[in-house]
Amino acid sequence: MSTTAGNRNPAVPPGTTLTARSLTKRFGTRAALNAVSFELSPGELVGIVGPNGAGKTTLLSILAGVLTPDEGELSQLGREIGWGAGWVPQTPALYSKLSVAENLRLFARLEKLADPEAAVARMLAQTALEDRAGEEVGRLSGGNQQRVNIAIGLLSEPAVLLLDEPSASLDPRQRERLWEFISGLAGRGTTVVFSTHNVAEVERFATRVLLLADGELLFTGTPSDLERAVGGDPRDFETALMQFLHQRGH
Amino acid sequence: MRWLLVKDLQILKRSPLLVGLLVVYPIAIALMIGFALSSPPGKPTVAFYNQVPPGQGDIKLGSQQINVASYASDLLSSIKPITVHSEAQAIAKVRDGDALAAVIIPSALPQQIQSLVTQGVGRPTVMLYLNTKDPVEKQFVDQAISSRLSQVEQAVSKQVLRVAVTDLQEVLSGGSVQILGQNVQLLGLRNARTIVAGTIASLPSRSSLRVALHQVVGFADLAIEGLAFASPVLGSIGTPLTVDETQLAGRTTPTDAYAAAIAVIVSLMFVTVLLAAGMLAVERSENAYARLVRGLVTPGRLLAEKIALSGGCATAVTLLMAAFVSLFVHLDWSRFELWVLALAFGGIAFGALGVAIGGVAREVSAASLFAFLVSLPIAFVALVPASAVSGTLKSVLDVIAFLFPFKAALQAVSNAFSGTPPGIGLPLLHLAVLAIAFGVLARLALRRFAVR
Repeated sequence: MSTTAGNRNPAVPPGTTLTARSLTKRFGTRAALNAVSFELSPGELVGIVGPNGAGKTTLLSILAGVLTPDEGELSQLGREIGWGAGWVPQTPALYSKLSVAENLRLFARLEKLADPEAAVARMLAQTALEDRAGEEVGRLSGGNQQRVNIAIGLLSEPAVLLLDEPSASLDPRQRERLWEFISGLAGRGTTVVFSTHNVAEVERFATRVLLLADGELLFTGTPSDLERAVGGDPRDFETALMQFLHQRGH
Repeated sequence: MRWLLVKDLQILKRSPLLVGLLVVYPIAIALMIGFALSSPPGKPTVAFYNQVPPGQGDIKLGSQQINVASYASDLLSSIKPITVHSEAQAIAKVRDGDALAAVIIPSALPQQIQSLVTQGVGRPTVMLYLNTKDPVEKQFVDQAISSRLSQVEQAVSKQVLRVAVTDLQEVLSGGSVQILGQNVQLLGLRNARTIVAGTIASLPSRSSLRVALHQVVGFADLAIEGLAFASPVLGSIGTPLTVDETQLAGRTTPTDAYAAAIAVIVSLMFVTVLLAAGMLAVERSENAYARLVRGLVTPGRLLAEKIALSGGCATAVTLLMAAFVSLFVHLDWSRFELWVLALAFGGIAFGALGVAIGGVAREVSAASLFAFLVSLPIAFVALVPASAVSGTLKSVLDVIAFLFPFKAALQAVSNAFSGTPPGIGLPLLHLAVLAIAFGVLARLALRRFAVR
């Protein structure tokens, strides 16, 4: 894998935040990801969907720098991949005995931000958690914990934010507030990539869909593009998705 | 690493019950071990009934007397006696659990001893009643009473021999003895021979008495030679062996200081291993590990932080503990810097063991249990005396003890506390090597640490 920083990389087209070329990852003899290529642009809200075992988490982990691909290249505009991409794991990666502010402060310091306190204040404001800043994270609701989890991913103001099933453990109200927040980020130019099993969320919020099955990227385009690609008159996006997978033998 | 340390200290500060247990529990265990090792066993409570009437405990040995009662006091010094006034009362005390045993001195004991000494007949007997089902307790009481009875037995034998030797000397060289209140002069064999030899010299050369008297002189010579040889032989029987002890290993650690070192190392081990294993596993249970190692902290630095945290906390706790213990046990404060060094090295080695355990176990509860299960046998193996097991088993235990930090830490701290051999250099080197080895194991374990 080669990691290229910033505008020095001639392979990165203008207006592209991240380029993935032929990403392949094997676990033993099983190919979890097979020659997956795509590009991401600033402000895109990309949903990665697919059946269980499709390779969604593997792809996100490679984008986050948690896993290294066996083959392929990954380039990111502006920063080195891994470091530069904000990563929000599915289960909140927080210290439950520390307060919200202490968690943010710790990661701001570990990221060696120039002004950790300013970053903490900014993220508290962005996530509307100022009044809960001193509260132990373990006592917060699942929704608020997820907000802190995302806030930590955003501390370094990354160009790309990677979210692994961000709404999985949230109730509908918390989910609504979360998507409001994420959409706001994308609106401000952050490229957001999320994996999910909730097809309705993809239809509603994603500007682009990456459809994976058995480690292969089967489709990339808008939800409407997918419905059109299926043809006929599918009842909804979920039906279109199922038909698409069926047509491709999955 | 500084911010991770600060974070872990904050977490510990907010877990007072955990920290309290982590500190109080090992210290309590360590102090119990220390007290058990440094305190001599107490005297067993024994019901004691002496049936020999006052004034009738004397044994006559020729011209001398010895008193059985004076030897009974020797026996009483090794037990905590409850004086009773009948055999039934003594047995009742044992049955009721008031006494672990009862010792009965029969009224006929002086006569039995007298008969044995003067006629070689009889078997003087002291009665012992025990009522304990606990085998360890039984062994303890048995040993306390039997060893003291054996000492009494030896003392009586010695006294009898002394009387016999004195009498032999008087037969040989003469002297005065008391018989029926009268002071009677004994001629003695040597004097008798001199007189007979003088008589022979004064007889006419052809006197028929000369041959007979020469036979008497010849017998006297043989008897004098034999008895002169017998006296020192008899005298030596009372103390046939003298043990001349030489300590080849040089000065040994005083028992109290050694017990203190054990107590301190047990605490150091528990605090460090449990803390290191638990705090590393917390990183995974809080899902923070993957976030940390994707560029914020290297796995090696994370391990170093956990080792420093656990080793530092445990060193501080055990230094305070050692300072407290030194109020009761002599520890050499002039070597304080070596205390710190030995405990710090021990803390680092135990911390490395702890992170290896945490890395393998991964879950907090599994890591804590694993750490606990590993720690106890490590201490046990290191504390088994070399002479207590057979050759092969000893070699196996030695290898196991060598592979874990307990024994080396104990040697280092024992030396730091009292300056006794072996020196502190080798144990510290051993601890450093173990710290590296367990650190490498921990690093390998982290390869699959984030996998769920």
